[in-house]
Amino acid sequence: MAETTRTAAQKVALARHSARPGTRDFIENLFTDFFEQKGDRLCGEDQSVLGGIALYHGRPVTVIGHHKGKNLTENLSCNFGMPNPEGYRKAQRLMRQAEKFSRPIITFVDTPGAYPGLEAEAHGQGEAIASTLALMSTLTVPCVSIITGEGGSGGALALAVANRVLMLENAVYSVLSPEGFASILWKDSSRHAEAAALMKLTADDLLELKVIDEIIPEPEGGAHTDTEGVYRAVDRSLSAHLARLLKTPDCAEARYRKFRAMGGIISAGKELL
Amino acid sequence: MISPFSQRRERLMDLKTQRESKAVQRHAAGTCSGCGAVVEKQALANAAYVCPHCGRHHTIGAYLRLSLLFDPNSFAELDEHLTAPNILDFPGYEEKRKSLRRSTGLTEAVVTATGAVDGQPVVTAVLDSRCFMGSMWVAVLETLTRWVVHAATPGRRLRIFSASGGARMQEGILSLMQMAKTSAALARFSKAGGLYISYLTHPTTGGVTASFASLGDITLAEPGALIGFAGPRVIEQTIGQKLPEGFQRSEYLEEHGFIDQIVPRAAMRETLSLLLRLHRKGGASHG
Repeated sequence: MAETTRTAAQKVALARHSARPGTRDFIENLFTDFFEQKGDRLCGEDQSVLGGIALYHGRPVTVIGHHKGKNLTENLSCNFGMPNPEGYRKAQRLMRQAEKFSRPIITFVDTPGAYPGLEAEAHGQGEAIASTLALMSTLTVPCVSIITGEGGSGGALALAVANRVLMLENAVYSVLSPEGFASILWKDSSRHAEAAALMKLTADDLLELKVIDEIIPEPEGGAHTDTEGVYRAVDRSLSAHLARLLKTPDCAEARYRKFRAMGGIISAGKELL
Repeated sequence: MISPFSQRRERLMDLKTQRESKAVQRHAAGTCSGCGAVVEKQALANAAYVCPHCGRHHTIGAYLRLSLLFDPNSFAELDEHLTAPNILDFPGYEEKRKSLRRSTGLTEAVVTATGAVDGQPVVTAVLDSRCFMGSMWVAVLETLTRWVVHAATPGRRLRIFSASGGARMQEGILSLMQMAKTSAALARFSKAGGLYISYLTHPTTGGVTASFASLGDITLAEPGALIGFAGPRVIEQTIGQKLPEGFQRSEYLEEHGFIDQIVPRAAMRETLSLLLRLHRKGGASHG
């Protein structure tokens, strides 16, 4: 049983730990016969989004995830897991193929956010994320997302419009980084620990808000201290949820309703619906 | 026939429009913030608050914008009064919401209405950047989503005027989730054959650009509007260099293939009317 006394800021640090298992580790340890698919077929290949076809317990699935890399060379080639529009368009291409061949989609979410760069803007970062959200919401195949590290804003959400959103115990998921939050609201990014505490970005908070469906426990010291244990725990949770989704008659409708209900609105007026 | 109820509604609409006209006159009349030219109040009003010298489109409120677009007596606002819980218990958030409601006359950062343009019915949502920079608080996007769902009956047309800084920090993760919610609703609306015209006004950034604002069948923009995902300051800090002149402006987006046309405010009504006519059932459909 992991400790429960860790602060939100400590979890942010753990979620960003360089030795924390990433998308490639999960693919190598939970799947077999992985065939990587590169490129968006429009203009580029973005290595910050890794994806392809693999077998999961013998079943063909499409797997997509943010990819941060494990050392500086890798970090640089995959832009520290911050996708450009090409990455989201590659993800869309893989999602459409999954739909065509009736493959369930499993995504691993671990990004500081979509890249705020000049070329990213010129190539339509906003459009790329928006159209990924819209596409993912309409897929008829089962989709499961696992937030494994940092779930940074719209860049994370674009790969997480899933029937089930699972989250590792020390992962975080938020509207933006605690540093950005502190910078916007208090003009002082050094108050990030205070921001983290306020933002409700931990797995416990998000489960309570019904933003996620299940917390996957981590070993006492964090996911990097016993990766084998983490793979087993993720596998248990993922296989159980996928089995249930494979029996769900209308995954698109179920997913629509799930996201339609998000917000906890208090209505005091005339209802349209 | 005009009922007493609709007359009252019209009067209320007029009052709100006048209030916004005064606000924009105070802000923009005198010297234009775009070119420094001296602009008469009446000249500004006659030009729909576009500077007659440099063409700067001054920010206008949601009601004023609606009044420029709808046929007289066709406007009906749906008064939703939706509010979202203060889930983060963010210090000072409630007070800020209240004071903004008083100063802008808006209950939230979006006004939704049904109305007609040259007799053609259309559902319209206008975001108002004066209220939390038009940010996507949960109530705003719930309202938008309801309208999208409401509009998703055969032959319906929807247009959204975006003007927003993006997600509202004070509402945390639920603000983010609204991006998925509206995008999902619009995807459904699109599948059902609905026409969605997205009109981008200054400023449209962040999560709004990365969701509903970018999902139009037709995407238009007001001249000179700032439109982008990341804010210019964040980009400059990230890449460590100055951004080129005109970066992330409407003209830049048009050049890069992300909008159909830049439409000046004065031509907006006419353009919308044309687009509605062009999307009449017809073309390849029989009977």
